[in-house]
Amino acid sequence: MAEFLSLQEAVSKHINNGDTVAMEGFTHLIPFAAGHEIIRQEKRDLTLIRMTPDLVYDQMIGAGCAKKLIFSWGGNPGVGSLHRLRDAVEKGWPHQIEILEHSHAAMANAYEAGAAGLPLAVLRGYVGSDLPKVNDQIKFIECPFTGERLAAVPSVRPDVAVIHAQRADRKGNVLIEGIVGIQKEVVLAAKRSIVTVEEIVDDLGASVNACVLPSWAVTAIAEAPKGAAPSYALGYYDRDNAFYKDWDGIARDRDTFQAWLNDNVFEKGAA
Amino acid sequence: MSLEFTSSEMMSVTAARALKNDMTCFVGIGLPSEAANLARLTHAPDVTLIYESGTLQTKPDVLPLSIGDGELCESALTTVSVPEMFRYWLQGGHISVGFLGTAQIDRYANLNTTLIGDYREPKVRLPGGGGAPEIATNAKEVFITVKHSRRTFVKDVDFVTTVGFGRDGKARDNVPNIGRGPTVVITDLCILKPDPETKELVVTSLHPNVSREAVIEATGWEIRFADQLETTPEPSTRELEVLRDLKARTSAHHSSTQSGQQ
Repeated sequence: MAEFLSLQEAVSKHINNGDTVAMEGFTHLIPFAAGHEIIRQEKRDLTLIRMTPDLVYDQMIGAGCAKKLIFSWGGNPGVGSLHRLRDAVEKGWPHQIEILEHSHAAMANAYEAGAAGLPLAVLRGYVGSDLPKVNDQIKFIECPFTGERLAAVPSVRPDVAVIHAQRADRKGNVLIEGIVGIQKEVVLAAKRSIVTVEEIVDDLGASVNACVLPSWAVTAIAEAPKGAAPSYALGYYDRDNAFYKDWDGIARDRDTFQAWLNDNVFEKGAA
Repeated sequence: MSLEFTSSEMMSVTAARALKNDMTCFVGIGLPSEAANLARLTHAPDVTLIYESGTLQTKPDVLPLSIGDGELCESALTTVSVPEMFRYWLQGGHISVGFLGTAQIDRYANLNTTLIGDYREPKVRLPGGGGAPEIATNAKEVFITVKHSRRTFVKDVDFVTTVGFGRDGKARDNVPNIGRGPTVVITDLCILKPDPETKELVVTSLHPNVSREAVIEATGWEIRFADQLETTPEPSTRELEVLRDLKARTSAHHSSTQSGQQ
């Protein structure tokens, strides 16, 4: 059964230096509050996995939490670059990070294979792309039935999955609504999971086919209202597009970034 | 008499016209999204728009800033998980057109959104592949829209993130179960199509008041022009009005801080 913890306790108990951590939420329900708690607790040498490392990973990379990044699209959607990610990759600030990049299709398949307990995922992918030349985790196999050449990537099986969801009930069952992305897969693929929620309620109000994670499939739940902001939580609050645009200016400069981090993360306690 | 228009508007309207009412389109963010929604709001009201965030048959009132804006989900017929989107809907063969933008494109319509320079020591690190590598091969055909400049239109891309026709124009030859690849590239200057034999991009239509010299100047290789070079029809007043309304609504929506609203 999922254990109810404060966000501070959940991060402290379940995320260790050196862990492989996948924080998911495909452009929706991005676990910012959890990311900020990881920064505050100064977790180090993390291998961070995420299909779309947006602002939350930009902040964590700039804060020095990451050793390696596995991703498929690293930008500020509709705005431009992730300047802290670029500074780390191009200039080694605050330190050099290793990157391993895939396509979305490959990562989605890899998470699904992880959830299914398989060692690899197979897809019709990477045809003609240079990505297999720079990522030794992309191989090609021959279909034993048709002979078709298909791409294979190892499944994603992180130490810890971190996601944000709309709500949990008092038993710890979790409801995810709207763009459900890859959240169910990452939780099932991971050894441990932390789910932050907008609120804890008596009744989830889930429809019969809703995306629900049973309490016994989740390790820890922490209540974190507005825990996805400046991303959004369908039914609770909208995406703060203006902040996404402002981030471009904040993150472009190391000093401005550090001042922002200090004021908005370090000097603010756990949600 | 139609309204005056900018080259960007010419590009968006021309790109929109490429989409037909019966198409199922996997939409990239930015210029493709603008064109696809313009098509839906003008000549192709029933075009099916799909975004990689899982939103099927979506009808946003404003253009999304990200491919996962709430607007896309709330106006969609249904929203599926990301693995389902890529596995069943895209790889499963339900997408007629992938509509993509890019940072660099070369003469064989290969796309680079990974980096400028050498992979291990990049001059400029770009976002990466995202959905494009598999959209480009699993959709039945691909439309590309991008602003024309010598920085963007290079002879050989620094990195093939997403295949057009490969370094030699032959990358799709004898590969089973993939789409035809790029069939049209729409820029702010012209329309280009791959040569049926060599697959090299050829200018087939110049936009109004654009000279051959302007295209040559903005292209990083010796660009060829079709024997039957056409002039792209001007945008209609309605197309321009709908596009301007859409952009004004979008701009107003994204400049306001939305957080805190229920």
